[in-house]
This record gives sequence, structure tokens and C-alpha cells, in this order.
Amino acid sequence: MDLSTKYAGIPLAHPLLPGASPLVDKLDNIRQLEDCGAPGIVLHSLFEEQIIGEQTGPYSIREPHEEAFAEARTYLPASEDFILSPEDYLEHIRHCKEATNLPIFASLNGSRSGEWLHYAREIEQAGADALELNLYFLPSDPSENAEDIEKITLEVIQEVRSVTKFPIIVKLSPFFSSLPHFANEMAAAGANGLLLFNRFYYPDIDLENLEVEPKLELSRSSELLLRLRWTAMLHGRVKTSFGITGGVHTPEDVVKSVMVGADAVQTVSCLLKNGIPAFRSLLAGFQQWMEENEYESVRQMKGSFSHHNCPNPSALERTNYLRTLQLWRA
Amino acid sequence: MVTIPLPPAEKATLDANEAVASVAYRLNEIFAIYPITPSSPMAEFCDEWSAGGKKNVFGEVPSVVQMQSEAGVAGTLHGLLQGGTLTTSFTASQGLLLMIPNLYKIAGELTPFVLHVTARTLATHALSIFGDHSDVMACRATGMGMVASRNVQEAQDMAAITHAATLRARVPLIHFFDGFRTSHEVNKISLLSEEVLKNLWPNQEAAEFRRHGLSPERPALRGTAQNPDVFFQAREAANPFYDRAPEILQETMDKFAELTGRSYRLFEYHGDPEAEEVYVAMGSGAETIAETVEWKNRHGGKAGVINVRVYRPFATEAFLEVLPKSVRKLIVLDRTKEPGAVGEPLFTDVAGALMQAPADRRGVDLHGGIYGLSSKEFTPAMVAGVMEASAKNELGRHFTVGIEDDVTKRSIPYDETVDITEDDTFSAVFFGLGSDGTVGANKNSIKIIGEETENHAQGYFVYDSKKSGAVTVSHLRFGPHVIKAPYLIRQADFVGCHQFNLLERQPVEEYLAPGSTLLINASCPAEQVWDRLPARLQKVICEKEVKVYTIDAYNVAKATGMGGRINTIMQVGFFHLTGVIPEEQAIGAIKNAISKTYGRKGPEIVKRNHAAVDAAIAAVKKVDPGSMKEEKPATSPFDKAPDFVQRVTKTINDGFGDRLPVSAFPVDGTWPTGTTRYEKRDLAAEIPVWDPEVCIQCNKCALVCPHAAIRPKFYKEEELAKAPESFKSIKFRSRDHDGYLYTLQVAPEDCTGCTLCVQVCPAKNKSAPKYKAINMEPQEPLLEAEKENYDFFLNLPNPDRSTVSNDIKGSQFLEPLFEYSGACAGCGETPYLKLLTQLYGDRLVIANATGCSSIYGGNLPTTPYATDASGKGPAWVNSLFEDNAEFGYGLRLAFDQLQGRARHLLRAIAPQVGDELVNTLTEDRPALEEEMVTARQALAELLPKLEQIDSPEGRELKVIADNLLPRTVWTVGGDGWAYDIGYGGLDHVLSQPGRTRILILDTEVYSNTGGQCSKATPFGASAKFTIAGKTTGKKDIARQVIDYGGVYVARVAFGAKDVHTLNAFREAESYPGPALIVAYSHCIAHGYDLRHGLDQQKLAMQTGAWPLYRYDPRRMEKNLSPLVLDSPRPKVPLDQYLRNELRFRALLQKNDGAGVKIAQAQVEHRFDDLKRLSATLAPEIAEEDL
Repeated sequence: MDLSTKYAGIPLAHPLLPGASPLVDKLDNIRQLEDCGAPGIVLHSLFEEQIIGEQTGPYSIREPHEEAFAEARTYLPASEDFILSPEDYLEHIRHCKEATNLPIFASLNGSRSGEWLHYAREIEQAGADALELNLYFLPSDPSENAEDIEKITLEVIQEVRSVTKFPIIVKLSPFFSSLPHFANEMAAAGANGLLLFNRFYYPDIDLENLEVEPKLELSRSSELLLRLRWTAMLHGRVKTSFGITGGVHTPEDVVKSVMVGADAVQTVSCLLKNGIPAFRSLLAGFQQWMEENEYESVRQMKGSFSHHNCPNPSALERTNYLRTLQLWRA
Repeated sequence: MVTIPLPPAEKATLDANEAVASVAYRLNEIFAIYPITPSSPMAEFCDEWSAGGKKNVFGEVPSVVQMQSEAGVAGTLHGLLQGGTLTTSFTASQGLLLMIPNLYKIAGELTPFVLHVTARTLATHALSIFGDHSDVMACRATGMGMVASRNVQEAQDMAAITHAATLRARVPLIHFFDGFRTSHEVNKISLLSEEVLKNLWPNQEAAEFRRHGLSPERPALRGTAQNPDVFFQAREAANPFYDRAPEILQETMDKFAELTGRSYRLFEYHGDPEAEEVYVAMGSGAETIAETVEWKNRHGGKAGVINVRVYRPFATEAFLEVLPKSVRKLIVLDRTKEPGAVGEPLFTDVAGALMQAPADRRGVDLHGGIYGLSSKEFTPAMVAGVMEASAKNELGRHFTVGIEDDVTKRSIPYDETVDITEDDTFSAVFFGLGSDGTVGANKNSIKIIGEETENHAQGYFVYDSKKSGAVTVSHLRFGPHVIKAPYLIRQADFVGCHQFNLLERQPVEEYLAPGSTLLINASCPAEQVWDRLPARLQKVICEKEVKVYTIDAYNVAKATGMGGRINTIMQVGFFHLTGVIPEEQAIGAIKNAISKTYGRKGPEIVKRNHAAVDAAIAAVKKVDPGSMKEEKPATSPFDKAPDFVQRVTKTINDGFGDRLPVSAFPVDGTWPTGTTRYEKRDLAAEIPVWDPEVCIQCNKCALVCPHAAIRPKFYKEEELAKAPESFKSIKFRSRDHDGYLYTLQVAPEDCTGCTLCVQVCPAKNKSAPKYKAINMEPQEPLLEAEKENYDFFLNLPNPDRSTVSNDIKGSQFLEPLFEYSGACAGCGETPYLKLLTQLYGDRLVIANATGCSSIYGGNLPTTPYATDASGKGPAWVNSLFEDNAEFGYGLRLAFDQLQGRARHLLRAIAPQVGDELVNTLTEDRPALEEEMVTARQALAELLPKLEQIDSPEGRELKVIADNLLPRTVWTVGGDGWAYDIGYGGLDHVLSQPGRTRILILDTEVYSNTGGQCSKATPFGASAKFTIAGKTTGKKDIARQVIDYGGVYVARVAFGAKDVHTLNAFREAESYPGPALIVAYSHCIAHGYDLRHGLDQQKLAMQTGAWPLYRYDPRRMEKNLSPLVLDSPRPKVPLDQYLRNELRFRALLQKNDGAGVKIAQAQVEHRFDDLKRLSATLAPEIAEEDL
């Protein structure tokens, strides 16, 4: 049975990937994931705000006190003596490459083009095999329309493409008005893969302290459905590789993801909840399902339930929605 | 040795500290150092280079060790030298004094060694960080040779010459140059290459020095004790080395001249070879005299000057050799004062040299003058004044210059308008704030001019002593010739004022030369600028035809993402308007400098700075003079001050301290307190605004305010009869004060805008929770109304101290007697001091170690310790850095002694005053509120009775009767003092009985001198001299003192648990024995925005980084464990605290977080240790306590 797959041009032993999480901050965990059969490692995101903040923050903290008092030129050792997070991230990539032979998918998270993007090149130079470009833009300005937002996103992809050669996988939010059209534009801008979909923190209210508290719950399998639909819709229509992330908890979830066209299927919450060894069980379950159902290869399964190949494509579209409602009424 | 031809020297623009350090670093193997102004940067440079792996000329990376004091440094140096290593150090002032015992040893053992000294004033009637020769002169008898440098170039060159010469001569040398004036002056110099240093290096003698090092392979004994039979002869045995030393120094200088073309002599004569009047001086002052002599001689004078380069050994013959035979009058100028001596040191040396001259050369008329103490300006005008007085035969045998001595009449008058500046030198003066980066940008401009063009350039920077809202004045000169001029610019071709409000507060107009250019940063359209200028400035602009330009730099900064940083914008304006170098070249150079500074790690900063540079030129606008304002007599808050404060303090505060005559000053360094209240610095762009409806009246805001700029009061409603319209009040929430009103009032001109009050406020507006009970709002529109409100508020009666509650809320109704200091905005130290004065201010004496708290506590012009309505308040005194615990102990003993004497006298007159009064006033009582009230009442009863008693006891008691009151002495200082330099004394006094009270304001670094590591620095924190992160743990000084058993100890953090801090202060004061409080103080040296200081304090407690505890031996009397842990077992992971502070970056990010694991284990271990200790001390009750 051939489980191999290619995700944005990167060959993987099988499609199941541990997604970006704090687990991969430690080299010990990465080694453990490799032992459990992970075919690659997705690192946690380096955020635009973090990069800009790290660039501007130390200076804005230090500079107002420098050359301000006769007895002290400065109050801290020189800036270059501090390792800043982005530098640390690059160092982490280097360590990961030394610690394992697995492909490393680094990750950048941001929204607008800017000085943070030069880190894409540095990430490539540090040895990452591909980049997950996590683009999310929360529009709060009423004067900005959907077209503006798509344009901003495409500019970021183009900019990263112009300074790097390694595969770019764009991690998307589900909130685009015409995803197939936009997905094609992203492919044209240089995206090698699309990862569906990002999960977001949502604001909650702390009633005791009257504060807003951003919260992120672990995912559930039901969240997978949205990913399945859109991967199925895009597969074959957009010439990029596809990944699914969000709601992958069971071997069946992995199977479905591959069926709708995913080249790689990421799981995070399952590992956070059950620990790294759960990866091994998930993979074994996936393999077992394929064996029991006599699939020869992942390639055979991949895309079998895409819009193009599935027995009733209309079910993936609006009717699916209506029927669900009718069932409820019944 | 064969001298090889060397390539032309590289030029660079830098200050003397960097230049000297560069040579010292390359010629030594190890540095033992201790930070002291103004020498600290030399040690810091060496530390940075060492950390960066830079090698010396021997191919090694030198190491740097920081010691606990200069005394410790000196001992280490002595050991290093005896071991045969090449070592040096950098010091000044009190630090040099602490080294003296070892300097005798090092010299007595004929040890090759150089100590680089930034000559600085010694503390006498006052401390001064500035420059004169009093420190080096205190070392005359040590046997150290002394070599002086006059400027940056010489300081670098002499560093090399002395290191080479000492190895040959075996006489150790002090190489000194003037603190600040030379150490901090930036100038363009020729650098010494590695080749020059290697060629100068005496390899043979260096090898001999190695061989002389102690070794068991060739055992020897040094440091013997000798008896009267031999000591004397053995001491004389070293004479030949001192006799040879000047010659060796000259030979080394000659060799240096061959290598570099720069020639130096033991004594250097400048001026007319036939001069009849000759001056003698050393250091930068000699440069000023030389310039003035040259100027005078160009105008028909016949004067000369001898620069003393090698002061010890004093080579009499060499001196006489350079002294023209024509000389009739010798005028020796000393930059030091030796009260009671026949003359100052250089004067007496010259006098002695003349006495040894052939008889026909002895008849010289000799005069001695003092100049330039504590960096007092020494200008050509002053030298010209001396020349004129000499010409008129009005020069006394001993005189002073640069001041007006209207008491002993020793000073010489001079015409301060005399200007000898060459026309081809361009001068510029810039007024800015420390926080706006003006100095940094100007240093950069000098580098650009010095290094991008053939021009020479010089920069010198004047700072005030405030740590918030500090004003800086930068003096820049550049031109085609070498610029010496070691004095400030008086009239500038260009004046930049980077803060509009400084036009009112600083004498900007005095610096404008005729036809000069003035660039003003103004946040208003160019058309409105003229009308907003002060009348006196408008007048000067018109009279001197000054060209005025403006730029809205803050707007440009905002638009380009620079926040409040305007420095590069103003720098562009300067280059644009002056055209000192072609604009394109200047812009390119500024951009290059930005890229170089922020480099790869800050492309976003580079981008924003570049955008600001590009936007700046277009933003420069011309301002055309309009109608003139009428000049009105200025009013000032000082108008309400006592006479002395108006005459003296105000003058200093206005920037005219130089004009005050000797008679204006106290003769013994005693000054009135409570003067910050007149200063009104008006610093905050935003101030807190109170919302009475939301407020819960907890008063936490007042507790945390570092500047006592937000205060609560409660009062009866009728007090509001004359309240200003906008004055706010609300019903006072107190069961005991029904019908009273409550007000929380901000001092709008004293607030620094730090926002700590808003951060701590727990009350939120229910309709819009983004608002609290106090919210920051722009100050300008509120200013006038709030000024009026604050005045009214201050005049409301203070609540009766006996009626306020014992909690935090109550404590803040007590009047703070520490207010509006110059401490940093958001300072973590001052809230403790304020609380101390609130609780005990009217009975408090503070012994303050040198450091941040002595600078914001006692640096002129204005000082923050204040008095209450009855005139009572803290008495404050600073002795030194190293001796504060002993000094405070001495004060405590003094008061105990006086109290004992007063009680003895009182008992003697008991029949006349009554036993009840005697009993009340002789009872031992702590300085707590109730006890104080009782004692004060009794004393008030006693005093009239004393008037009636005409006995020796009665008369004596009248003088010392106030000692019958309880009095508390708090010994206060930072961790540099308590953990390091003063630890021996602190440890000792805590081991002694008596009511010693010690408060350590623990910022975990030497804050005042720029964040150097102390033994309070925690594991993993990066600080200067432990750049990569401290490898050892923080000394738990509180835990150590607990071991004495009888000392009250508390470890507190007001931001973590304010009531715990309050209780600790109360318990410490009430304790009948010694007490120690170690207080967590957040600080700018921790590397984060101090608005989050309170959050960090809380995290420090929650993570166990700063456990709170109290050790109260009195609890044992109740069978309770004396040790109470007041913070819970650490539950929050330590990294949540560490990650918010830049200083912990290295710890967090190196070795995959291994350091954090160690730190985490340490905090947990410490907590367990404390818990165990508590249980051990009283096992039966430990569980309940814990």
C-alpha cells in the first residue's frame, strides 16, 4: 500500500502532518513526533506583529532613556546583545534541521505587506523546506471593500514569491466571497498550496474584571465539514496543492480529507488533547481503514470526493444545505 | 627595535573614554573594574568588546571582572599584577580614593601598571560627578606617577605611551584626563593602529614583568613586615627608578613621535620664546590657556604657557629647561582646592622647583589660581581676565577665576564677552530633551561631518540631573582646522530648539549669534509660530537678524511611524538649513548611519527612519518676523518661595547658577528642603482625569504615583465655598466621616504622565469599561483649570492623622513629604520613599547612599523632601556610596545619645516639671503615630516650663529638648550599595542592637550609572558586565539577615501586594531592634515600558521570582513562627514574568530554554527552603502559618 503524497511539491511519506502548535517549540517533541511517524514538521507561526514588535519594541523601550543622563549613556547592554524572537525562530529552524531529516514547514502570519516579509527569505536560508503563509485580515474599516482585501493578500503572496524559491502554502480563512476565483488568483500570485482553513481566537468577556478575553477552544470533528466542502470544490479547479487543517481527530477524518483532495491533513487539537503518541494511533487507524477498504494508495483515494469526481456534486453545493434543513423539519 | 614605516592613520570621531578604552583593551589581558562616573564607559566598552570576542594585540580576548567596590578592584589588580598579568582599570573620584591603599602597595613594589582616571571632583560639602583634579591630587603621595592629557587625541596617545613606559620604568602611572570635558567630548582624532601599538611595546621589559610574577617554581616573598632598622633604607632603594622614570617616559614619547608624528614632552611650552609672563597648568585647562596665549600674542602679547604632561615624578630640570629665561611672572593654575595649604598642589610643586633653580632664576613673581572646580567652565575670557589683572598688577598671590568671590575677594573679574573663536569654525547649539534623542542625533551628525568630510568636528553635551524630562544642550563645532576649545559655545551660528516649551524655560536667545539660524520644532502651522515665541526671543531675533525656521517634527514622526522620536527629523533640518555638507551627501550619510545602527535586526525601524528623513526637508518652513509682543515681567511659582529659594534656588533652576556669587551659598552644604514644589516642570502630554462617579475611593492610585502628583483628601462640605468651578468632589465613603466629601486631584504640572495610577485603578465604568475611575487625557486643554484646582486642593485642610484608617486607603490621606522628584516617569523606587514620609515624615532622618535615590533626592537645584504645615519633615543627608549603613548607624547612635542626655537632664529637673511629664517623655517608644502625638503634646507642655527654669540642666535641655521626641533614622539606598559596596557595613550594623532601619530599593542593577550588574541581579538577567546573562543567582540578602535571628526582615513589592508593604513599614518601625526591608523596584534598566511595572511586580510574586515574606522575631513570644510567607506557592510559570523584560531575553532564548528550567527550579527551591525554615523555626504552628 502506497501512502506517499506530495504536498506543495514536498514528498511526504503519508498525508498526516502534525500541524503548527506549541508542541513543536521543543526539539525533544519534534524527535518524538518523528518517532511516532510524522512525515514532516509544521512550526508555529512567526507573526507580523511579533516581527515588527521585536524590531521596534526594544528600541522604543531603550532609546528614550539613552544619552539622556550624564551618568549613563544607556541602561541595558547594546541591542545586538539580545536575541530577538525572529532570530530565535531562525535558530530554531536550524536546530530542527539538525535534529531531524524531516521536511520543515515554517510559518509566517500576517496581513499586509511590510518589512516583516523579508523574514520569508531568511526562513528559506535557515533551511526550511516550505513556508506556510498564514494570511488573515479582519476588516474593521468600512471604507475597505472585499476587492481591496483580496488585493492586499495577493500583494503579500507576490512579495514573498519574489524573494523566495521554496514552496509557499497559503493558509486561508473561510471568509472570502468567491473562494474559487480568489484561489486561482493566489495560485497565479505564486502560491504552491492552499491550506483550508485557519481557526481563530474569538473574543470572550471576563465578567469579573470587565475585560475582553480572546479564547481559542480545541477543535471538534464537526468543524471538518466546512474544510471538506471547500477542498472538494477547489480540487481540480485550482492548480495548487491542498491541505486541510481544523477538526481532524479520527482516522475517518483523515480519510475524508484525502478523499476531497487534500495532499496533506494536519492535526493539532487531537495531539494537544491526547499527547504526541496519539499521532501514531491516528496514522495506524488511517492505514487500517485503507487496508480494510482495499485502497492501494493515497493517490487512488485522493480527490475521489472532489466536486469533479463525487457521485452527486450538487450535494456539495446549495442543495446540501436545503436538505439538511428539511431533515431537521422532519 | 627597528621602526617600520606605517600607513597613514585612520581617523575617527569618538570620545576620550572610547579612545582610551580602545588602547587599554588592546594592550591588556584582564580588567578588574567597578562602575563610577565618568569613567564607567571605558569599562563598558571593554566589556562589550570582550563579549563580542574582540582580540588584543597579543591575539587573546581579554576578560573583564566586576568587583564589589573600587577597594575590591584595587586588591584584585594588585593580585593580578603580582601574578604577572597585564591589567588595568578605569576609575575616578571616590573610587580612586578607595584604591589608595593598594596604590601605595603597587608603587612600593615597583609594579608596572597604568590606571586610567577621568579626573573628577571629590565629595566635600556636596557630591559632584563633574571634573576637576581633586581626586588625582589626593594620590600624590602614593608613589604613582601621573600623566595628564588635555584632549581626546592626547588621551588616546597617552594611554599607549603610559602602558609602554611603565613596563620599562617599573613606576606605575595614573593617566588622567578631565572628567566629562575630555572623557565625554567627541572629537575627530587619528586612531592608533595595532602596528603602532606593537611597535611601541617593550617586549623585553614585558617579558621581565612576566618573570617577576610570583611562582612556586621560583619562590619569593613579598609584603613582608619590616622594622625600624630597615624599612627606611628599603624604601629609599626604589629611588633610582623614580629618577629614571621621566627619562623613560620622554624616550617613549619620542618613539611614539617617530611612529605617529605626534610629539609630546614632559613639559610642553607654547608661546613667545621671550615671554615674561608664563602660565602653568595641566589637563584641558592648559589647552584653553594655550589658545588664549596664542590669541593674545597675535594681538601684541608676549606670554607663554607650560603644559604639565608628566606631573609625577616631577622632573624639575625638565621644567626649568622649558621655562624661558626671560620669565618674570609665573601664574600657576590648579583645578583643585587644598584648603589651608600654602598653595594648591601644582603651585607648590612649581614653587619648589623654582627654589631648586640656579639662584639667578629664582626671582620670579609666583601666583597661584584655582579654576574649573566641578567642571566649572574655564574659558578664554577667564584666561584673558587673569592676563588683564596681571597686567594691572591686581593679581593676588592666590586667586580664583570663573566665579565671583564676594566674600574673601579672591576672584578675578573678567569680561565674559571675550571671544577668540576662529571665523572658519561653525558652531551649533541644540536644546532638547533626553528622551527625544537630540544628543544621539548630534553625536551622529558629528560623526558624519568628521568622517564624511575633511572637516574637524567636536561635540560636547550638557545634561541636567533629572531622570524624567531631562533637558540636554548639545554644543557642536566643526571646521577645517583641529578643534580644541574645551569650553562651551557662547554664540552659535545655528541654534536648534527641539522642544517648543524650552524656548520659555531655557535662555535659548543668549546663544544666537548675529545673522545666525534658529530652527524650532513647533506643533503648529509656520504662520502661527512667530506669535507664540517669547517676547525676549522675538527681540533678539530682530536685533540680531536671525533667520528663523520651523518644522512640525512630531507630525512628521507620527506620519512616518516614528512615534515620538524626532531626532533624525531635526537632524535633517539642521543639515538642510546649514548646508555644512551637500544635502544629498548628508541625507545619504544619515540613512547609512540609520542602517548601520539598526541593521539587519531592525529593517522596519530603518524603513520608518528613512521615511522620516525623506519627509523632513519638505516640512521645514521659514518663519517671518511679525509684530513684537510686549515683554512682561515673568511670573514664576518660585514667587511664593522663601527668600533664599527665590534668590538662589530659582537662579540655579533658571540656568544662571554660574552667576551666583560666593556669598549666596551656605558655607557648609546645608540647604532648605521642599523646593521641587516651586519648579513645575510641566512634562506630561496627558494627565489622569478623575471620574468621581466611577471611583471607589481606594486611593491605590495615590500610593503608586512615583511623584506624589495625584492625591486624595476628605473634608467638610463647607470647605468648598470658594472652590473653583471645575473642582470635583463626591461624598466620602467612610462610616466614620458622615457628611464629608472626597476629592482625588492631579497636580497637572508635576505629573510625568507615567500612567501607573490608571494601570492600578480597579474601578471601571459600567457603561464603557474601557474607562476607569481615572483616565489619561491631553493635558493642555485641562492645564489652567487643573492648576487652579490643585492650588485649591492643597489649601484644603489635611485630614487629622489620628482619624485615618490603618489601611492603604488611610495611608494615602497622610501628606506625602517626598514630592515631584526628578525620578524617572514610572519609577519603582519612589513610591516606597513617599510612603515612608507619609507614615513617619515629621520624625524622619534619612541617611541616603549615593545612587539614583540620592540624585533625585538631593541633586540641586530643587529637592523633593518637603515639610508639613507645621514645618516638620524629613531631614536628609548623603555621606558616600560605600559607608551609608555605618553613617546611618552613626546618626542613630547620635540621636540615642542625645535622647539619653536629654532624659538625664529632664530627670534632674523633675521636681520643677512634674513626674508625669518626665515619665511620659522618658518612656521608650517607637516613632509611631499615637506615640508621637503623646510625646509632642508632652514636649509642648515642657517647653514653656523650661523657660522658667534657670539651672544648668534646664538651660542645656532647652537646646536639645527636641531629642525627647521619638525619632527614626532610615538608611536608604539601592542594591549596588546594599549588596555590594556597602554590604560589609550593612551586615555589621544589622548585627548590632538598636533601632537601625534599612530600606533597600532593589532594582537588581546599578541603575544610576547605567544598569551594571550587582549581586542583586537575578540569574540569567543581562546587565552590563554580564551581557550574556548572569550565571550566578541573586543574593537573597533578606534570607541572609534572617540568620541573625533578632532582626525584623521583610521582602516587599508594593505592586504585588500593597497592604503587605504598608504592614512591613509599620512593623519595621515598631520593632525595638534592627529592621531591614528589601523592596522590589521596577526600573528602566529592566527593559520594558514602566507602565507595566505593577503587572510585573505581581508576576514576580506569583512566579516566585520575588517571594514576599516577613520575619518578625516578636512572633516567637506568641509561639508563632517568626517567618511568614506572604506570597503563595509559585503557580504561574516563571517564563511568564521573564518574557516581558528585555533583560531576560538571553535566558529565555539560549539553549532551548535550559536556563529557564534552572531558574524555575531555583524559585521553587527557594520557596521550599523558606517554607521549611518557617516550619523549623516553630514546628507546632508552621502549617497554620503557611
